[in-house]
Formats: sequence, C-alpha cells, structure tokens
Amino acid sequence: MWAVFTAVIQRDVRLAFRRRADVLTTVFFFIMVVSLFPLGVGPERELLRTLAPGVLWVAALLASTVSLGRLFALDHADGTLEQMLLSPEPLSVIVAAKVLAHWLVSGLPLVALAPLLALQFDLTGEAIAVLTASLLLGTPVLSLVGAIGAALTLGLRGGGVLVSLLVLPLSIPVLIFGSGAVGAHTSGLGASAHLYLLAGLLAGSLVLAPWAAAAALRISVD
Amino acid sequence: MTLQACGLSYARGRRQLFTGLDFEVGAGEALRVAGRNGSGKTSLLGLLCGLADPQHGEVRWQGRAIRRQRDVFHRDLLYIGHRQGLKDDLTALENVRTSAALAGRACTTAQALSALQQMGLGARAQLPVRSLSQGQRRRVLLARLAIPPVAPLLILDEPFTALDTESVDVLSSWLEQQLAEGASVVYTTHQPQRLQARRHHEIVLGQDLAGEGG
Repeated sequence: MWAVFTAVIQRDVRLAFRRRADVLTTVFFFIMVVSLFPLGVGPERELLRTLAPGVLWVAALLASTVSLGRLFALDHADGTLEQMLLSPEPLSVIVAAKVLAHWLVSGLPLVALAPLLALQFDLTGEAIAVLTASLLLGTPVLSLVGAIGAALTLGLRGGGVLVSLLVLPLSIPVLIFGSGAVGAHTSGLGASAHLYLLAGLLAGSLVLAPWAAAAALRISVD
Repeated sequence: MTLQACGLSYARGRRQLFTGLDFEVGAGEALRVAGRNGSGKTSLLGLLCGLADPQHGEVRWQGRAIRRQRDVFHRDLLYIGHRQGLKDDLTALENVRTSAALAGRACTTAQALSALQQMGLGARAQLPVRSLSQGQRRRVLLARLAIPPVAPLLILDEPFTALDTESVDVLSSWLEQQLAEGASVVYTTHQPQRLQARRHHEIVLGQDLAGEGG
C-alpha cells in the first residue's frame, strides 16, 4: 500500500516539475491577485490590515479551484485512470496520494509565499504567523474537498464551472474560519479556537474525502 | 483459474451490443474476441475487467463474481487497454515503474529495465515517452507484461497494433509461453495473428446483429 502511495506522489510531483507552466500559473495567479489589492485600494494601513486575511484566503481558494480541473482529467484522458481503477490497492489510497501531490505543488507554494505577500498589507509578525498557520491547515482541506468535485465532474463538458459550483459552498467554512483566525487574533480573542476548528475540518476531510472521491471516480468512469 | 461469463448483456446508449454471452476460459487457454469496429470488443473487455457492470449476467473468476472480490481479482489480472496510459513527460523507465506500482507489483529499476530490454527498448529507457514512435510507445506499455510475477489472467486489447513484425513475433511467442505455463489470455485483434494454446476459443461479436447497418 505504501509502495503505491509513494509511487503516485512521486509520479505526480515529477510530472508537475516537467510541466512547470501549469504549476506556475496557479502561483502567479495568487501573487497577482494578492498584490493588486494594495495598489487598488490605496495605502490606508488600517483598511489594508482589515482586508489582508480575507484577500489572501479568497485568492488561495480561487487559485486552488483553478488547478482542480487537472487533478483527474489528464489521467482520465490518457487511460491511466483505468489502471488506477484496476489496481488491487485501495483506490482511496491512490486518490489520497494524488491529492497530497496536488497540495504539494499547488497548495504548499501558496502557504510559503503568504508571509511575504502579507507584508504588503502591513500585518504584524504574529498576525502573519496566524495567517500562515491557518493557510497551512486550510489549503489541504480545499484540495481534499475539491477532489470530490473533480471526481464527480470527470469527463463532463464544462466540468470546470461545475467543479466551482460544487466545491465553493463546501469551502466556505474553511474560508470563514481561516480568515477569521487573523481577525480573532488582532481583536485579542486569540486564534486558537479558529485554528482548532480548521484542524478539525482537516481531520474530517482527510478521512472522508479520499473515500468519497474514490467512489465518485468509479461512478464517473463506468 | 477460470474466467467465466454468464449471460452477459450490454448496451451502449440504445444500441444493444451483445446479449446472453456465455463462455469460459480456463488455465492455459486463450480467447480471441473478434468483430467489426464498434461491435463492442473493448466494451466486453471492460466488463471482463470490472471497469463497467453488465446490464444482465455476471463475470466470475474462480467461480465467484468479480465484483464481490475486486481486490483478489485485480491482483490476478493484468489489463492493457487500447488507450495508452503513458505519460509523455516521463521516461519509458518511469512509466513502467509507476504502472507496475499501480498494478500492485512494485519493481526495482533493474527489473523495469530488463522488462524494457525484452521489448527491445533497453537503449531508449531514459528517453521521455513523447519522443518515441507509436510502435515504441506500444512496446513501453507491453513491457508491463514482463514484470514478475506474471499475472494468471491477461486481458489485452489489440496487443499487436502498431508493432512491427519482429515485435509481433516476440510478443506472441512470449504470450504462448505464458499460456503453456498456465496463464489465461483474452485478446482482441484485427490481424490474422492467432496464439497457439491448449484450447483456443473465439467469439465473434456483432454477427447476430449483422442486419443493422451492415
């Protein structure tokens, strides 16, 4: 089981590195959206500090949705997905590996860039730490939940729009608790409650999403 | 080691591809599925693999329905479809290693290399599959067959397509050797190529519906 898990991660990360343009699109999208806000809104520090968590979180959510369409579509088109369905290993393990690889190439870079981009919004060091922690806990949930949507819309024309429609409502709790964490910290309430809730969402989706996405894949390919 | 089809029926859309199909392929036996384009050969192989469910009837492996023992059945099965299942950006070696791992037969680099050598691709193992010709890509795909341990049930969709005569001979003699050692082979082909086996079955699809469009 571990052999197939690591093999799939290795393969997907390797593929992402050989087709860097796809990965960079996601990252640049994130950088562009986040950097345009301070320019567009103007240099009022108080306003920027209030906006920062929301802007970074919305940008991260959209960036992850943009890259979701490719999660299974390429494997479906070239027949690799059939091999995955015919594997004696549990399909949910393969799906979990694919989701982890997807997060490594399109979620983790966003988390790593967030502290740098947050400087543009004049956040304090502690607020930046809270924001980064919330993204670190929240972006994997976006990938996991997104995998269900991507699996359900596999092979449909205009699947991209449908994925967004399916996935965005489910990502709203993540968005609320994620951006709320920074607000709670600056208002002196402490961010731990929000972060625990995010960790709970992560634990829940870690258990349920691979299994649900695997079931959805079997339906879509039939 | 017996693959049984019991009263299989399958329709795509409103078109009935086949009804009441019964056959049995035992150890060391081969089954060739023949028929015109679009007569349902690939769909039948999909049913036999468990990729799709038949409308009626069931497929059994060792006497048990395959949907009740998916993991056991898939461990015994090696399916090579007509879609390539290769990644253009990975090298031939990486492709063989990942598909072997997916099939639950994780192999070392040396094993993957020797499998590619058997298909005459040893020198091209480190090239991205993108730069290979159609026939060479096909051989990368077929190299999966040579990863030990060989599966007792091989289901091959058009294995001889795009291969040169030499590779066709290599492949068919390799398959015949596996048949002699007790593997079962189900294959489709348009070529006159026919495997030598202890017993060779043949199904021709689309005949009883020959009036339609024929």
